[in-house]
Amino acid sequence: MQALLRAILSPSFAASILRVTTPILFAALGAVVADLSGVVNIALEGTMLFSAFTGVAVSAFTQSAWLGLLAAVGVGALVGLTLAYSHLKLGTDAVLAGIALNLLAAEGTVFLLYVVAGDKGVSSSLPSKVLPDWHIPVIKEIPVLGAILGKQNALTYMSLIAVVLVYLFLFKTSFGLRLRAVGENPDAADSVGISVHRVQFVALAISGALAGMGGAHLSMGYVSWFSRNMTSGRGFIALAAETLGYRHPVGVFLASLLFGFADALSNYMQSLRVPGEFVQMIPYLLTLVALTIYSGRQRKGRRSSK
Amino acid sequence: MKTDKRFEILRTGVAIGVALLIGFIVTCLVSEAPLKAFGYFLRGPFTTTRRFAAFLEAAIPLTFTGLAISLVFSAGQFNLGAEGQFFIGAVAATAAGIYLDLPPVIHTLVCLLAGIAAGAVAGFIPGILKAKWNASELVSSLMLNYVFLKLGMYLVTYHMRDQSVGALVSLPLKETSLLTQFIPNTRIHTGVFILLITVLFCYYYLFRTSQGYEVRMTGQNIEFARYSGIPVLSVILSVQVLAGAIAGLGGAVEMLGIYKRFQWLASPGYGFDGVIVATLAKNNPALVPVTALFLAYLRVGADVMAIYSDVSAEMVAIIQAVIILLVTAEAFLSGYRRRMLLREVKQSASAS
Amino acid sequence: MEGGKESQREGPILLMEGITKIYPTGLVANSNVTFEVREGEIHALVGENGAGKTTLMKVLFGLEKHDAGNIFVKGEQVNITSPRQAIGHGIGMVHQHFMLAPSLTVAENIVLGQEPRKGIWFDQKKAAETCIDLGKKYGLEVDPYAKIADVPVGVKQRVEILKALLRGSEILVLDEPTAVLTPQETVELFAALKALKEGGHTIIFISHKLAEVKEISDRVTVMRSGRVVGTRNTEEISIRDLSNMMVGRDVELELPRPKMSAEDRREVRLLVKDLKYVRDNKDVLKDINLQVKSGEIVGIAGIEGNGQAELVEILTGLCECHEGTIQICGEDATEKKPGEIRELGLSHIPQDRMTFGVAAEASVAENLISTRYNKPPISNGFLLNLKAIFATCLDLINKFEIKANDPKQPVNTLSGGNIQKVVVAREFSTDPEVIIANQPTRGIDIGASESIHKYLVNATENGAAVLLISADLSEVMGLSNRLLVMYEGRIVAHFPDAEAVTEEELGLYMLGVKHQEPDEIVASLMGEAG
Ligand SMILES: Nc1ncnc2c1ncn2[C@@H]1O[C@H](COP(=O)(O)OP(=O)(O)O)[C@@H](O)[C@H]1O
Ligand SMILES: [Mg+2]
Repeated sequence: MQALLRAILSPSFAASILRVTTPILFAALGAVVADLSGVVNIALEGTMLFSAFTGVAVSAFTQSAWLGLLAAVGVGALVGLTLAYSHLKLGTDAVLAGIALNLLAAEGTVFLLYVVAGDKGVSSSLPSKVLPDWHIPVIKEIPVLGAILGKQNALTYMSLIAVVLVYLFLFKTSFGLRLRAVGENPDAADSVGISVHRVQFVALAISGALAGMGGAHLSMGYVSWFSRNMTSGRGFIALAAETLGYRHPVGVFLASLLFGFADALSNYMQSLRVPGEFVQMIPYLLTLVALTIYSGRQRKGRRSSK
Repeated sequence: MKTDKRFEILRTGVAIGVALLIGFIVTCLVSEAPLKAFGYFLRGPFTTTRRFAAFLEAAIPLTFTGLAISLVFSAGQFNLGAEGQFFIGAVAATAAGIYLDLPPVIHTLVCLLAGIAAGAVAGFIPGILKAKWNASELVSSLMLNYVFLKLGMYLVTYHMRDQSVGALVSLPLKETSLLTQFIPNTRIHTGVFILLITVLFCYYYLFRTSQGYEVRMTGQNIEFARYSGIPVLSVILSVQVLAGAIAGLGGAVEMLGIYKRFQWLASPGYGFDGVIVATLAKNNPALVPVTALFLAYLRVGADVMAIYSDVSAEMVAIIQAVIILLVTAEAFLSGYRRRMLLREVKQSASAS
Repeated sequence: MEGGKESQREGPILLMEGITKIYPTGLVANSNVTFEVREGEIHALVGENGAGKTTLMKVLFGLEKHDAGNIFVKGEQVNITSPRQAIGHGIGMVHQHFMLAPSLTVAENIVLGQEPRKGIWFDQKKAAETCIDLGKKYGLEVDPYAKIADVPVGVKQRVEILKALLRGSEILVLDEPTAVLTPQETVELFAALKALKEGGHTIIFISHKLAEVKEISDRVTVMRSGRVVGTRNTEEISIRDLSNMMVGRDVELELPRPKMSAEDRREVRLLVKDLKYVRDNKDVLKDINLQVKSGEIVGIAGIEGNGQAELVEILTGLCECHEGTIQICGEDATEKKPGEIRELGLSHIPQDRMTFGVAAEASVAENLISTRYNKPPISNGFLLNLKAIFATCLDLINKFEIKANDPKQPVNTLSGGNIQKVVVAREFSTDPEVIIANQPTRGIDIGASESIHKYLVNATENGAAVLLISADLSEVMGLSNRLLVMYEGRIVAHFPDAEAVTEEELGLYMLGVKHQEPDEIVASLMGEAG
């Protein structure tokens, strides 16, 4: 037990939290952008999966990790646009469309994996690339902080920057203003000549692109392969993080850290003698508990104020 | 009204057509011999008796999860927990099948009850979280799917594993617990009858009982239901428990009917397929077996195609996704619907 | 179209010609409507609820597509398919329901769609300045940094008008702007509209309050069930004639009050004591005491938003956050749920028909049985009896003269009036002891309204106790035996004899100018109880 505590309090554990938070954070930011524009993006899970696969395939083919990332982001945006098209233009329920895209991703990536790698499990036969770790010179020298933030994957730094950028985008740009207006009262936006659908298309593309970054981190961040269903619910966890984080980039960052913590803890405990299955439940159970407490509080607040 | 029904059929037909076309185009892109591959895909289930039987067998679990999803969707609840409920139902039935010593029919019934109970508990959790704390059943049921998968795998690995076998499988289920496979050379089992009863039950429950009425009204307009005096929170809870029980029963039936040991390493995915089945059936339990057969047909066709060609079976995912997107798309072909309606209005205007 | 040639050398500023609009439900909301507005006038568009006024304006503003007809602005034919194009042609609209984003500020809402920028950034300061300047110019001042959610209705409306003006609107459409305003706010609005007219703007003013129309407009166009009845100079037509044009016959001014002597009204069916409800630290309801006896209609008059809606939600169990006690037929109903309250014999006609009154896509039959689906003969407690459902529904459809072809027809294919009849049929056919009728005839045609009044009076004469809430003064005054007035969450007046009250007097209480002393009210209520 003491060993566990000591491990959790160590800087290297903190560093691992940041690492495993990265994909959830990206997806949760994507969830915020979509949700504030008025569309629930259930397809984040599938989006990440598609992007994780694309990153591996493109980086293997071009032998450039960065091109792989670019393609992953592009595909993420494309999935977002597909959701937008079916929901906004065809009138499919956003949740059902999201489910359809998730199903498509789950099996579609296996299909594609078989096409490009001849395997239905992992992509190890593909010589795919990994995104580099970055070293931050000044921070690296600071005692504890250096161990946490001094050296991380490029995408982890980008996810932290993304928190700030998404915040600025949503709350300080005129497009962000329109986006929030569209999400809150589409008729209002429409009545002043803003094309609601156009704004939502853009929002979902951005949402997908962010999830795409998260997906790329999964297959090119700390491993160098794609495996079937490697997202294992992170897209859904991101939705919970978005709710928990009050649909605000900073709140969502904190909520994602919480889930990252659970994830890191479960990774760490796998090395102990606890049955792996139990440890792997931690992130999902935590999400469940946190979501329940949060929703209960919301309801109570509403009751007493209504 | 007639126009609407005709239109729904038309739209479903066109959606399937478009989906098949897209599937064919994808096949052309990846295959050396696309025509041959797609031919196998379409004819697959009819190529041998064994495959035809496989097609029928595959529809059984799909119908169970499709029914479960239809019920929760009818109540307006996006509970996607059928996946985990089906899985944990199968695990529970396995445990009862391995460890209990009972006479034949009774043993089977007890195993089925174990599956039902496990599924009901799994449905209860998101239900109560929603009813009491308003936690989104969509997210909670998705999280629980993973929890039940892990829990089931833990139970099988640590408590039911057959150590004498190299692969990770459970001890064999006792003969007394199994459902009889009653058609020679197929695995079609007596679970079919349980299935038919369940379909009838769901249909009657939803459309012929006051509780079913409560469920449907809650799904149609929850404010209206509350205003009318329907106890909406208990409806939301009980429908999720019932759906969980049905999905759990499905898992148990599948286990006892098809397998001799528990041997899944991952969730078999019937829960999410249930969403496709229920959506295509417009949440009508009477149509669920039909759409389940349709999906099973696609699945088996894809498997056959994968055997005889260079296209893998997962191609079918593309077809499924396109079908869901188009069948539920309100605006898809709505211009045509509008013209049909206008014609109707004009006709009735000129008639009067 | 020929009228006023010499004053209008260039013809009307706006001409809508032969407009027909059919909604996807098959409802013909505008039928060959021709509507003409001259430059610089205030043109009133009047008609009953459901006459098609809003629809016509939505067509003009590009929010709905018309099926036939043409629109000319300043003599040129235009093709308007989106609000953006309408704005481009100098048309601005203030909608019946405000089109504002509550969490954004006043300034953000006003500049939305044409935000001042610095590079890609939104220029908050410039936006605020724009609002202040604009407000000064038109005498419509607002606090640019206030959140929309926090400002009163009158300010929201000002924001809407400023929004339109910022976009250079020359033709300003206001859809029932006074419906939500207090009298003071109405006065301010009218002053602002007159100033705008002086400044050369053209204004289309929608209303069905004829006194206002007389006061503010130059000309008036009357619509009735989707058609234009005619256009007149306001000065040349009396309110009486206008109302005849609106409804197509003499309005029945004398409504059929329930005839029961005070002695017959004995039994207290609904009793409310010291009801209090606090929301966001504000008293939404305070010191509410009232009672309704069998055989009487007690009316609650008041401007909307003075706590009536909340009172009804609490009485019917839909909202459970209050202090005080409620008794129905002598039983305590304070903590009860809607279903349990219905068991005590309460029926409820809700204000918002489409949200609470019906499940829009469910069938007429399913909507008719929603309060008795678990009772015989509809159900034996478990199974539904389809035959009994069918019989009951046919019976109700006949008895309440619901125009439906088939009980299986989705209820949203009926007209507004018939949907309301479905609600009324369901609520009145269970022999209720207490009926709470909240705006029972809002937004429906005269014929249906008259039937509903008739049913209400019949039920009362058969012994029900009725609490009637209505913003329509002639309705509450004409139907009620006793009258209460609500203002800012309190009961400010009680009139034991509704016939003895004049509209003017009631108005003073509704506006909060006068109020009876609380003790006086309680005493008179108790006197009734004695
Ligand atoms: N979106 C809609 N779909 C179907 N019917 C509608 C819709 N909007 C309005 N209506 C119907 O059209 C008729 C005219 O409505 P409206 O133009 O709002 O009248 P008004 O503004 O004069 O009260 C009413 O019967 C109303 O129920
Ligand atoms: Mg209107």
